[in-house]
Order: sequence, then structure tokens, then C-alpha cells
Amino acid sequence: MMTERVKRLRQESLDAVPRVSTERAELLTAFWRSAPDAAAPVRRAMAFRFLLENKAIHIGPGELIVGERGPAPKATPTYPELCCHSLEDLDILNSRPKIPFAVSAEARELYREEVIPFWRGRSMRDMIFASMSEEWLAAYEAGIFTEFMEQRAPGHTVLGDKIYRQGFLDIRRDAETGLAALDFAADPDAGAKKAELEAMCIAAEAIIAYARRHAGKARELAAAETNPVRHSELAEIARVCERVPAHAPETFWEALQAYWFVHLGVITELNTWDSFNPGRLDQHLFPYYRQGLADGTLTPEKARELLQCFWIKFNNQPAPPKVGVTAAESGTYTDFANINTGGMRADGSDGVNEVTYLILDVIDAMRLLQPSSNIQVSKKNPDAFVKRACRIIRQGWGQPSVFNADEVVMELLRQGKALEDARCGGTSGCVETGAFGKESYILTGYLNLVKLLELALHDGVDPRTGRQLGPRTGDPAAWTSMDDVLRAFRGQLQHFIDVKIQGNGVIERLYAAHMPAPFLSLVIDDCVARGRDYNDGGARYDTSYIQGVGLGSLTDCLSGIRQHVFERRTLTLPELVEAMDADFANREPLRQTLLNHTPRYGNDDDAADALMVQAFRAFFEAVDGRPNTRGGTYRINMLPTTCHVYFGSVTGAMPDGRRAWQPLSEGISPVQGADRRGPTAVIRSAGKLDHVLTGGTLLNMKFTPQVLEGDRGIANLTHLIRAYFRLDGHHVQFNVVKAETLRAAQRDPEKHRDLIVRVAGYSDYFCDLSPALQDEIIARTEHAAL
Amino acid sequence: MPTAPTVTGTIFSIMRFAVNDGPGIRTTVFLKGCPLDCWWCHNPESQAYGPELQIWPDRCIGCGACIKVCPQRSGVETNPVPHTSPPGCTVCGLCAAACPAKAREVIGWRAGVEDVMGEVARDTVFYDESGGGATFSGGEPLAQPELLLALLKACRARGIDTCVDTCGHAPRETLLETAAYTDLFLYDLKLMDPERHVHYTGASNRLVLDNLAALSAVHPGVTVRIPVIPGVNDADENIRGAGEFIAGLKGLRDVTLLPYHGTGAAKYARLGRPCRMEGLEPPPPARLEEIARLLEGYGLRVQIGG
Repeated sequence: MMTERVKRLRQESLDAVPRVSTERAELLTAFWRSAPDAAAPVRRAMAFRFLLENKAIHIGPGELIVGERGPAPKATPTYPELCCHSLEDLDILNSRPKIPFAVSAEARELYREEVIPFWRGRSMRDMIFASMSEEWLAAYEAGIFTEFMEQRAPGHTVLGDKIYRQGFLDIRRDAETGLAALDFAADPDAGAKKAELEAMCIAAEAIIAYARRHAGKARELAAAETNPVRHSELAEIARVCERVPAHAPETFWEALQAYWFVHLGVITELNTWDSFNPGRLDQHLFPYYRQGLADGTLTPEKARELLQCFWIKFNNQPAPPKVGVTAAESGTYTDFANINTGGMRADGSDGVNEVTYLILDVIDAMRLLQPSSNIQVSKKNPDAFVKRACRIIRQGWGQPSVFNADEVVMELLRQGKALEDARCGGTSGCVETGAFGKESYILTGYLNLVKLLELALHDGVDPRTGRQLGPRTGDPAAWTSMDDVLRAFRGQLQHFIDVKIQGNGVIERLYAAHMPAPFLSLVIDDCVARGRDYNDGGARYDTSYIQGVGLGSLTDCLSGIRQHVFERRTLTLPELVEAMDADFANREPLRQTLLNHTPRYGNDDDAADALMVQAFRAFFEAVDGRPNTRGGTYRINMLPTTCHVYFGSVTGAMPDGRRAWQPLSEGISPVQGADRRGPTAVIRSAGKLDHVLTGGTLLNMKFTPQVLEGDRGIANLTHLIRAYFRLDGHHVQFNVVKAETLRAAQRDPEKHRDLIVRVAGYSDYFCDLSPALQDEIIARTEHAAL
Repeated sequence: MPTAPTVTGTIFSIMRFAVNDGPGIRTTVFLKGCPLDCWWCHNPESQAYGPELQIWPDRCIGCGACIKVCPQRSGVETNPVPHTSPPGCTVCGLCAAACPAKAREVIGWRAGVEDVMGEVARDTVFYDESGGGATFSGGEPLAQPELLLALLKACRARGIDTCVDTCGHAPRETLLETAAYTDLFLYDLKLMDPERHVHYTGASNRLVLDNLAALSAVHPGVTVRIPVIPGVNDADENIRGAGEFIAGLKGLRDVTLLPYHGTGAAKYARLGRPCRMEGLEPPPPARLEEIARLLEGYGLRVQIGG
């Protein structure tokens, strides 16, 4: 259900071509060339204000919710202070077949003349790589881990309910109160707090002024508008932008617009690269919705249209262009804003309300990649809510994904969060758990678990390069049991976690020193109260994550070794390693034996699943509880984005029968095609992992459309979800598509441009995926009905 | 009657996430062997009582491991690797164990009650959530009455809902004995004409019809399932006969039409047996609707598809 206006805006959004806009880079460079001398947070706040004072204001025809990150939809800014693209980068962006960005000759010229000469050597990316140890660089290049902050800023957080309670005038007043209360005699940090709080005041003023520039633009357009309907809409836009986010919103429209300005502020200040989103949108909007219906200022139809306009704004903002390893680990335009619905309220009661269903209708009608959407399913939520979502899932484009709200609360409580903060939390990005509005939960990089076993089987040498990368954990010829294998694996794991965490420590300090985010700090508790920046431990909770990739592959590798080397004793470990190093050349029977005669994860096989649990626990124990430099703690989660393809491409053949350079398993899903006992067996296997120890796990399942036909199909899907969540599963998402449809799309992409599939924590256009990723999705087991 | 734990029988498959064999999400246990020999049987591997060898030529990598271990081929080099059983094959299973690619599989294994229940109990969380349970199918589950009864009792003891999928061709006492431990019967009714029944299934329908009458008199949970086989039993006359018969039995109301599908054809090839329904097309949806309307005319509640 869409109005004509929404249909048109949606189509314009779909048709817009992603392109690089140099507006931000140009303004930022101009600012920094003559930046006044001041403390880092203050200068950054001034830069933010300069951007918002000078960037173009875009109000498109018919728009109700206004504001763009760039000068127009999908005109995507760059962040040279983080990653200064080279001319070669720009040429690649302009010409690469997947996820391209158009780069005009003028843009290229501006980069050559202005941007590159100023930022080369000064960008965070340059500083980071210059500061990393030899060991870190070698591991990074070998594909043992990736680094999220090498071209994007730490930003993984989600907004809570603060902006609906307080306008930025109120928040600025809080910062001023903090300034007035500083005790320079008693508090050694008072100087740093002063700079930070002053910066916050500047940033608060900047966002208010930016909104009012939109008000001005709307009045200007209204003056020239001859259509009386549009004239009154523009007048209302002007009124709304004058009021919010200076003041707390009072209407449904104001609430959406207030959020949108905050969103633009956050993603303009820095490229926080993923996840920033309104969190529990249904709960935030419900009071405005009910009030609007009660006083006659809102109808369900108007609320739907406003929400749809809001949805389109997200779709207008592709993730800023990525290059290098970051492009490989996250090859998508999606910026991972992932809106939560359902779940529970702060008091633990059922969180589903009328706006929940309205939002599900909007997701259904809009069918957009962005924003991503999920349902938070609590045992307290009615089945009607889950079934409504399942009817959207059944259409096959991967949204919404499904989370276990009760288990998410357990995760947050285990991490030490207060009960109310936990209940107001949820998930974001792909599957990441966080306390909304109160936590900085930074993903720091993916870890190639399978590569670590490969190193262990080669005594620390990377067989791809012949280089001694890891510690010498022993010659496999001398190993006599699985304990020896796991000991060597743990040795490699511990070493590279140490390398990664040491590198992270340096990077965290670089961001704290050079990239304060005073605007983001205004909206995440307790940055204002502490007078401390988001990037320097200002948030109430501060978590660093390392994301494990390839758990299913790793499990099957271990199982293959145990079964054939130590139990059946049909070959020795050196023989197995030799066959791997030859990519199983002339050893196809061995490869087939490994594939077909090994207990494998995903089949509810207790022997294989016990190895999964051992491997998972080894990773957990190596990371969980270690301190980060912001006063927070390291945790693990299990998600891959597209990194399982990249990691596979640097990992040779392995004892699970996987050939060299092929993708690894993704999330906590079984190896593609290894699960042969149906969806309940997969769910039972995945349920043996202790999800509560993580900050999110990702399970993909693929069904043929026929399984989900009719009311019975919806009931089956609902029951699978509920059963997985009774086992404390964290998340599950679904593809509902036949492999033959996907193959047809590979053959004839032009006819399948609109085919959307679930990748890993997000949906994407199938034809925009790399061929390796396309093949990987096709290879996933397709569950049919019996 | 031996005590339950010592009972064993031959099983050929345990399928989880069975969603068309009774209510909710179920696990279907397939008991091997059937007294009938229906032409359209889509589980030909279920018909014989003993184990059989099934061959998947498309999986074969030609390594010859099967030949090396085969007692009937005495290691004689054969090139290319044959995709058949050797003459005199005893289904010893050595080739299947040796085949790296699982191109050879032995269909059917001896299993005890605890073996089966260990598998069945795994999906309890799904049964609880969906109102599902265990379904016993075949072959003909009533053809292994001791095992079936022991399994049904074991399910009862664990609070697992039970469903029996039967062709009805079994001794009356056996059927009625299982009825005490069965929540729902899925009872096949194929052909009303006795001679055609003999022709197409190898046995008379007398026992099937009488058993249905006896069962429905004592058991409230019976759903009649009619496989719709074009040219065999889809004519109005047969449908009317079935409708009349079912409607005449007190307590019977639910009928499910199971349209013929050709997915069993490939299985015949893998077992090295001819398929007597080669090339038969599934009944058109419009005809299924007509059949459903006809049966509804007898006051029956009809569902198309399991």
C-alpha cells in the first residue's frame, strides 16, 4: 500500500545511481586548511558545524521527511580524514563491476588538486597502517583478521529514547551544567572534559542550525509553490524543522524528522559505517501515534505515508565507498541501519503495539534494501506478530530477520548491564547485541578461525606464502590425539588474538586522540554526564568485539581429522596435510571421504556438535573479558557479512574437504550443503552453542518457497523460530528461493535486477553480489518439505 | 509378546521436519516392507522387507573402491565402474561402506526401539511448539507389529503424539491393538473395485475396507487418504464409491487427496527396477478440485495435499 507520492519517491530512490560527492571532502579540506588552534574535540565540532553550515540543502519534490547526507539522493560523501582515496581508488570505484560509485572528472580533479595533497599521510588509515607492528601487518595481509577502523570510524551504536525526551537545546543545557560544575582543582580530567563539553555545545548548536536551514529552504519553496496542497506541506516541513531537533518532538511527524536529523548528524560527523538506527522505532513512535489519533491530527494512513517517506531516506544513503580488504569483507551498498520492532518494554512487558504492525506493513510495501529490519521476538509477544512477519519473510527477500529478545537480554545481563538497559537493548548491524542509547559496541575485525587451524597444521607457517606467521605450535607428525590438534589451534588463536588486541589498543587511542565525535556523544549516555567522548569511553557501556568466521568449516575440519586420522586411522596427519597442500590433486576419493564419511556440524550429530562447542569455547576464552583501552571489555560474536568469501580466498584446502580458496561457512551456519537432516537438525545443532556467551550469532536458513505455502507454511516457520528460541538461539534469517531461480539470475542478470536475497545479516540485490558469493548462496542447503 | 526393549525391526529412513504426515512438525519413521505392491508406489525402496542396495550414478567418481571390496566380484578389475549390483549380491553393504562419494547406499537397517526413540526424541522441542509428534509410515508399519507397538508405547511414555500411516492391509487384531496407542491414523483408500485393487496393488481390498470400518468404530482419529492416480482411480465412479463408503462409516469425516507425483521414478532406477508408471503426469489441479467437490457432496471434509 503506497500513495502516489511514495511510489514516485521510492522509484526515484531505486533509480538514483550511487556516485561520489566531493562536497564533504572539499568543505572539510577548506576548514582544516585554516582551522583555528583549539583542542581536538573543539576543532572537530567546529569542522562539523562548518559542514552543516555550508552543505547544500536538498528538499525533493513531494518529500515529507527531509535531509540528505550528500547534496542529493545517493550522492555519497567521502571521509578523507578517515580514508583518503587515491586516484586509483577512485578509478576502481568508478569502474568496478560490483558496488560501483560514479566518479566525475571534476571529482577526480578535485581529489588530485586539493584533497589528496592535504590528507595523504594525515588520514586515520595512513596513521593506522604506519602504527601497526610487523606482526600485525603480516597477519592482516595474510587474511587472519581484518580491521574495521582502517577506513571507517568506530560507530557501532543505536539510539535509545533520549531524543524523544530531550531536544538539543536541553542536551546542550546539560553540557553547560556540566561545564559549570567542573572542578579544576579536584578533577585532573577537568581540562579534557571542558574541551569535550564545549565541543558538544558547538555540535548541538550546529544540528539545530542545520535543521533550521531546512526550515528556511522549505519556506523558500513554499513561497514559490502554486499547488495549495504542497504549499501547506512545505509550511508544515518548515514548522517541523524549526522545532526539531531543537526541542523534543511532540508529533509523529516531528519524531521521525527529529530522528532523521540526528541520523544525518551522526553519519556526517564521521563515517560510522554501520548500524546507527532508531532502535525500537515502534515503541518510540507509539505515544505520538496514539496521541495523534486521539486529537485527530494523525490518521493511520498519514502515519504510514510518513513512515514510508522515512524509509526512503535510508535507502538514499549508500554506505560510503569502501576499497581494499574492507570492500572484500563488506561488499555492499547497505549501511546496516537495522530497525527493531517488537520485543519487550523497559518493564519487561510485551512490546508489540499498533505501530509494530504498521511498520511491518511498511517493510512489506517498501521492499527496500535500506533500512534493514528485524523483529525482536519475546516469549511474551503474540504469535500474530511473528506470523505477520513470517508472511513478509515468505516473499523471499530476506527481511525482516528474526531475533530472540529474551536471549538478547540474557546476553546483556551476562555482560553486566542493568536489567532496564538490557530490556531497552536489541540488535543492530547484522546481529550485534547492544544496550540502545547507552553502549558503544565496536566491531574491530573478523577473525579467520579456519586459517588458524591451517597454521596449526603447518607449525605456524602460512602455506599460501611459505611465511612463518604464527608461533611454532609443533609438528603434526608427532601428534597422537585431538588434544594435540586443539592445543596447537589454541596456541595460534591466542597468539593472533594478542596481536589483534594490541593493534586495537593503538587504534583506539588514535581515534580517541584524533577523532572525537562530539555530536554522537550528545545522544549516547553517559557521554554528556561524564564529559567524555564516545570514542574515548564516554558511553555507559563500552564493548569491543572480535567476530569469528568459519565456525562450521572449522568444526568439520576438526571432525575430519578426528574421524579419519585418530579414530579410523585410515591416514596419518602428514598424509592429510600433504593432500590439502596439493588441493586434493589425485586425491578425490579422500576428499569425498572427508565430505561424506565425517560427522558434520548441522546434522544434530552430538559428536560433531561437541567439537563445534569446543572450538567456540576456545575462541570465547581467548577473547571474552579482556580489557579495551576505553575502560570496556572484549566480547565475541559470530557473523561474517561477506568476509567468509574473502577469508576463504586466502585459505587453502582443508580437512573438511573444502577446496582451496573456496568460501568458508558463514555465521554459525553449517558448511554449505553439509547439513543433510533438515531444518530441525540444523536448529538443534546451532542450539548447542551457548549463544548467551556472545554478542550475537548469525544463522542462515534457505527454504524452497513450497515449504512455506499456505497457513500451514506460516505456522511451520513460526514454530521453527519459536523452537530455536526455546533453545536460546540468538538469530535466524531466511532465504526463500529456489536454486534454479538464482542460477537463472546468474545467466540473465538483466531480467533479475530486482531479485533480493539474504546474504549474512543483510539483504542485497543478488546481481550486485560477487560471483563467488552468488555461488556460495546457491550452495547453501535448500530445505524442502517432506 | 516380548518386552519392548528387545524388539527390533527394519527401518529404512527417519525423516525429520515432516510437515505433511499429520499435525505440526513431525518425525516420520519409515518401517521397511509392505504387503501391497502398488504400481504408483513413490517409495519403492520401502516395499521389500530386507535391506536393498541403492545406487546413485551421478555421485560416482569412478574410483573403483566398491569393486575392490565386493565378494561377488572378487576384486576383478571392471572398467568403467558398474552402476549395478553384481549377480548374486547379498547386500552385504561392503561397497556402500567403501564408497567415498556415497554413490552406493544400503537401504534398510535393523533397529531397536531405543535406537529409533533416540532419534525421534531429538525434535521434542519442535513437537511441543507445533503440536507435532512421531509418524510411523512405511512400507507398511503394521507389517512389523511388535516394533510398531513398542515404538507407539515408547512415544506414549514420553508424551509424544503418535500417528500411523497405513494401507490397512493387516490383521484386524494388530490394527486394533495399535489403535490404543495411536492418536491419529492416516488410512489409505486406493480403489473401491476389488478386481482393479488386486490388479494394481496385488491384493484384494476386502481387508482394507473391513478394517477401516472396524477401526473407525472404535477410534475417533482417522483421516482417509486417497492417492489420486490418473487413469487408475480418478474416475468419478471410484470417487463416488469411496465417498459413499466413507460417509457410511460413523465418525469418519476427514479425507485427504494425495495427488500422484513422479518423484519416485528416479528411485526405481537407483534400485535397478522398472517403474510401472513411467511418464505418468500428476493429476491436473482442476481435476483434483472436481474430485474434492464430489467427495464433499457426501458430507466429507476434503483437503488436497498432505
